[in-house]
Amino acid sequence: MSGFAGFALRRAMGAVLTLLVISVIIYVVFYATPGNVAQITCGPRCSPEQVHQVAQQLKLDDPLYLRYWHFLEGILVGQDYSTGTSVAHCSAPCLGQSYQSDQQVTQIILTKLPVSLSLVVGAMVLWLLMGVGTGVLSAWRRGRFSERALTGLTLAGVATPVFVIGLVLMIVICGQLELLPFPEYVSFTDDPEQWAWSLLLPWFTLALNEAAYFARLTRASMLETLAEDHIRTFRAYGVGERSLVGRHALRGALAPIIALNANDFGSAVGGAVLIETLFGLPGIGQELVHAVNVVDLPVVVGMVLVIGFFVVLANAVADVLYAVADRRVVLT
Amino acid sequence: MSLVQVTDLSVEFGDLRAVDGLSFRLEQGAALALVGESGSGKSTVASALLGLHRGTGARVGGSIEVAGTDVQQASDDELRRLRGAKAAMVFQDPLSSLDPYYAIGDQIAEVYRVHTRVSRRAARARAVEVLDRVGIPDAQRRSRSRPHEFSGGMRQRALIAMALACEPELLIADEPTTALDVTVQAQILDLLHTLREETGMGLLLVTHDVGVAAESVDEVLVMRHGRVVEHGPVAEVLDAPTKPYTRDLLAAVPRVDVRRTAPGAVSEAGARDGGGAMPEASTEGAKSVSSGHGGAVSPGVAPGDAATVSAGASPRGARAGSSGASAEGAEDVLSGGVAAACPGVASGGGGVGSSGGSAEGAEDVLSGGVAAVSPGVASGGGGAGSSGGSADRPEAASPATVTENARGVTSGASGDFVLEAAGLRREFGRGKRALAAVDGVSLALRRGETLGIVGESGSGKTTLGRMLVGLLEPTAGEVRYEGHARVGVNPAVQMVFQDPVSSLNPRRSVGESIADPLRARGERDENRIRGRVTELLERVGLEGAHYDRYPHEFSGGQRQRVGIARALAADPRVIVCDEPVSALDVTTQAQVVALLGELQRELGLALVFVAHDLAVVRQVSDRVAVMRRGRIVESGPADEVYDNPQDPYTKQLLAAVPALDPQVAARRRAARRELAAA
Repeated sequence: MSGFAGFALRRAMGAVLTLLVISVIIYVVFYATPGNVAQITCGPRCSPEQVHQVAQQLKLDDPLYLRYWHFLEGILVGQDYSTGTSVAHCSAPCLGQSYQSDQQVTQIILTKLPVSLSLVVGAMVLWLLMGVGTGVLSAWRRGRFSERALTGLTLAGVATPVFVIGLVLMIVICGQLELLPFPEYVSFTDDPEQWAWSLLLPWFTLALNEAAYFARLTRASMLETLAEDHIRTFRAYGVGERSLVGRHALRGALAPIIALNANDFGSAVGGAVLIETLFGLPGIGQELVHAVNVVDLPVVVGMVLVIGFFVVLANAVADVLYAVADRRVVLT
Repeated sequence: MSLVQVTDLSVEFGDLRAVDGLSFRLEQGAALALVGESGSGKSTVASALLGLHRGTGARVGGSIEVAGTDVQQASDDELRRLRGAKAAMVFQDPLSSLDPYYAIGDQIAEVYRVHTRVSRRAARARAVEVLDRVGIPDAQRRSRSRPHEFSGGMRQRALIAMALACEPELLIADEPTTALDVTVQAQILDLLHTLREETGMGLLLVTHDVGVAAESVDEVLVMRHGRVVEHGPVAEVLDAPTKPYTRDLLAAVPRVDVRRTAPGAVSEAGARDGGGAMPEASTEGAKSVSSGHGGAVSPGVAPGDAATVSAGASPRGARAGSSGASAEGAEDVLSGGVAAACPGVASGGGGVGSSGGSAEGAEDVLSGGVAAVSPGVASGGGGAGSSGGSADRPEAASPATVTENARGVTSGASGDFVLEAAGLRREFGRGKRALAAVDGVSLALRRGETLGIVGESGSGKTTLGRMLVGLLEPTAGEVRYEGHARVGVNPAVQMVFQDPVSSLNPRRSVGESIADPLRARGERDENRIRGRVTELLERVGLEGAHYDRYPHEFSGGQRQRVGIARALAADPRVIVCDEPVSALDVTTQAQVVALLGELQRELGLALVFVAHDLAVVRQVSDRVAVMRRGRIVESGPADEVYDNPQDPYTKQLLAAVPALDPQVAARRRAARRELAAA
């Protein structure tokens, strides 16, 4: 299994490099842009002296590369910083401290991440089940009425924005039918059952839209596989349509599904802002938007890095799954 | 009751009538071949026998009865029970015909379980059994491999194993060997033969290759445009065809055992118009080459091959490389050998590909041998391709010197090589994974001659061809044009590619494609370009009005003509043809080959003809080099190599070529068995 170990190592190094590049870009984009960070952080009523003090405290006068260096240092070994009155220690991996509150960025992320992951992982299970299922069904019933109906439905799913789906679901299910209370996030560790109930609607909202994409992709790649020669072989040997579609064609369609899933999972971790806002979920996406609005740069940089980490991770997992799904793929 | 009874079968795809009123019968245990060119409807018939057109929109008329099942009337379930169990099909391309995602054994087991209600374990055991039966070594272990881990021949064996799993009464083989190398083809055909002897199943063979049919069946049915042209016992149809189309078809099939009838006829060009037709060639050179071909013109006589004659009447030396003979005043243009060019004694210790020997004033233009031109005794043991290790191998081996020397001694020897390759090597991959596709090949091409390069897939022949035109950089060695080393693409050396479909841009008119080399050369005058392209189109047998048409509007043969016209546009001296006719039907193949010969004569072109088809190569080449695993194992005048092969690999290749005469085929099969047993 040395091949796999080598692959994992190379992949990990690549991931670190990618994250480094992301951090540099983020740093330059946010810190080198015009705008008085100290003034914004201090607030509109601060006197110039206070602003100056804040700037010193935040080390805003240091050159950019130096600050970036401290930032990297913090991630690797942790760092001490002044809170104005005392010196606090932030242990590795330290992403710095929020300008707005005295909270450490790592801490903020740790409180938000479980919410986002709860949402995305649950939704992913749903979108894979619904999307791939619908895709397989329409590939099997190709050319018939049921296939056209399904295809039309998925087209509608792709075309409808998530917030519309979410609003409609919420109004109908919670408002009109009163099947569920309006969702309010409950942490998994507090009450797993309530956690699941509270996330049910967000899951479906996120999954319905995604599932439409997966259904279309699955259908298309299965039809492509069904046209291949090896399907003809098994048909000529009396293998039934159900086995042809469910066993042979689906297997061929797995690779693109894996690839799309990796992308969507990674970006949904930080990108489900609309759903988080709609359902009041205190997740990464919401926090990120907030941080950008108030120019809380350490939080922005930290969160972007975490999101980047998940995108990279999801793609690495996808590569491994790829090789498992298709043995012709050699991991290098 | 017959095994197969087809009556008045017709298959229509939309407006196209692919099969039109076809009737035939196949008795239990008999073998019938459907032979025809592409578009004749033969594969459509094969699919119809299993009812594979059902649900595709094709309209099937007439009646089909296979192993007691009325295919037209049967329910879907009845059809499924027929497919695989009573009649099994083997397809052309064994790679795409197997599911890439599952282990071979699992795929066979799956098919077996469709027809027998046995356990997974039993089905898996059956899979191993049939894999073993078709000669997959270590079947238990290999049954867990996926198709991509098998070679082409093994995949086809696996597919045949799948067909055997349920012990069908009828085997339908649709071009079962077309994608395979000739030696592998022979193995597969032998396997089918043996299986038929042992199981007594009937065989319906669909093929475009008359030779393959002659090897395998009792009866042939020649098809054209969906109709029967001729039907009868194989020996009768092939020996004494009664229909003109059958005669034409048979005449177009290149014969590996027949000498080239139309000589490359550089002689004619030289004799007719030494200056005009070959403006750049020295008259002297042209004449000397032509004299070398003198014998070839006389009908049916063994031509005094170029190498021998031009070497100044020293026949002994001609094949020094393989015979290890000593030669006086000889020249061995091709192959790993040693030849002496001055009156000293040269002894070439020539094992194939690893020639070594001592030579005095010798010249070895081609391949890993030793060439010593200095007037001392040169001794060197050259590992194949490693161009010798002689201390006496000085710069003297540079072409100018060699040529001069050769000329000086063997007066009248042409010596003017238009294209030479010295110690060419090309690796793919890096580090430990590096693989030498071409491994130390040297060769030389005279003006106006045709050098055939034959080899099976993976022999490196295409890589070699691409290096000759400069499309690939050699890892080591060099290509010389007119005696000068060349790097990069040389307009005087053009290429005709294998696949006329993919080598033309589908979004550009063929005229534009042909004009590319002209524009590349800096021609800007649109009228001149159009005029020249029109001329070229007419030259290759198309019409000037075809300028604005697109590749999809042409047939395969016409597209290859376009490819040739494009190669001609740059006024080349040399054209390297990489499998130029392998994608074409035999009749089209013959036309394209004839066109190449014509162009060669008129324009004094030198051709390098790279192909896997031994028969085609024989029919076009003056000299032949046989490649295997990146090296030239044997080379020489075409007739000598074919009539009296020295290298075991060449012998093996020639023995594998299907014979057109069923009796000869049977003899060859016996010979192959002996060879395999030995």
